[in-house]
Amino acid sequence: MGVSANVGIVIVSHSPDVARGTASMVEQMVGREVPLGWCGGDPGGGLGTSVEAILKAIEAAWSERGVAILVDLGGAETNSEMAIEMLPEARRGRVVVCNAPIVEGVVMAATEAASGAPLDAVRRTAEELMPA
Amino acid sequence: MMIGCDQRRRLVDAVAQRVIACADELTELDRAIGDGDHGINMRRGFEAVLAELDTIAKQGLGDSLRAVGTTLVMKVGGASGPLYGTLFMTLGKSLSNEISREHVANAFGVAIEAVKLRGRSDVGQKTMLDVLAPVLAELRQDGGDLPARLRATAGAAAAATVPMRATRGRASFLGERSIGHMDPGARSSALIIDAIADVMEEWA
Repeated sequence: MGVSANVGIVIVSHSPDVARGTASMVEQMVGREVPLGWCGGDPGGGLGTSVEAILKAIEAAWSERGVAILVDLGGAETNSEMAIEMLPEARRGRVVVCNAPIVEGVVMAATEAASGAPLDAVRRTAEELMPA
Repeated sequence: MMIGCDQRRRLVDAVAQRVIACADELTELDRAIGDGDHGINMRRGFEAVLAELDTIAKQGLGDSLRAVGTTLVMKVGGASGPLYGTLFMTLGKSLSNEISREHVANAFGVAIEAVKLRGRSDVGQKTMLDVLAPVLAELRQDGGDLPARLRATAGAAAAATVPMRATRGRASFLGERSIGHMDPGARSSALIIDAIADVMEEWA
């Protein structure tokens, strides 16, 4: 934790199955050189997202070069933005939520991150997937 | 007026109890135009608030509202966690134990702006803001029987979301099909205002 030269990636889905499955796609397609965190499900174990779990996933994927978060639906985005605001001030500016489809976005972002690209470039690569 | 520990406890308890009591209704509304978890999420959040009630009420009004907000952020799960969390946390930032209608109206105005930013939303999109904004307008009016006016305004505003078309939140996925259902977030906001109005009447 914290020593990787690559930008970290966090997957936030409403479903733990989607988050876990997306994470294993990254591990298989991109490898393990990108710090990866994932979470899915609400604090009660149902479908949804949890700020607490997102904070833990950011911690797991933490890189001094920053962390890109990929989300699925509305609440995942709002909760991720909330989690970012609750980070220590020194970290807050180095975490972004990407506006991209979650599975494709994560794979593209992780591929870019694995090349050593900075956070901005990682985000841009993921967001290129969105229709203009 | 001065809000002491007993009043803080009564206020937070009344709001939490009302939301929990109506959780099934909120879930039912959310099933029609959302993902059917609003009541479940809000119940989980406010049950966590009740579990902390002693600690929450012991602090000053500002800190206790902030604690309610933080608990909702951590425990609710859906988008309503950060939205209601932001509402209570922002209210807490600008309120102390000594309150007046003007104080609360100003703090409420700031809190509504924070909710707008958090949800990137505004009035007219079939959300909780469509209840909160008219309630703020009523709160700014001087005159008698404030609790009754707030209750009536909140109830009418929630009902007025029925014919609206959602353009923000999960219901916006439904487009035209969101018309004809009350917004669950508008309803939960109205419930909270209603519970506060009840407590205001007890104190009057």
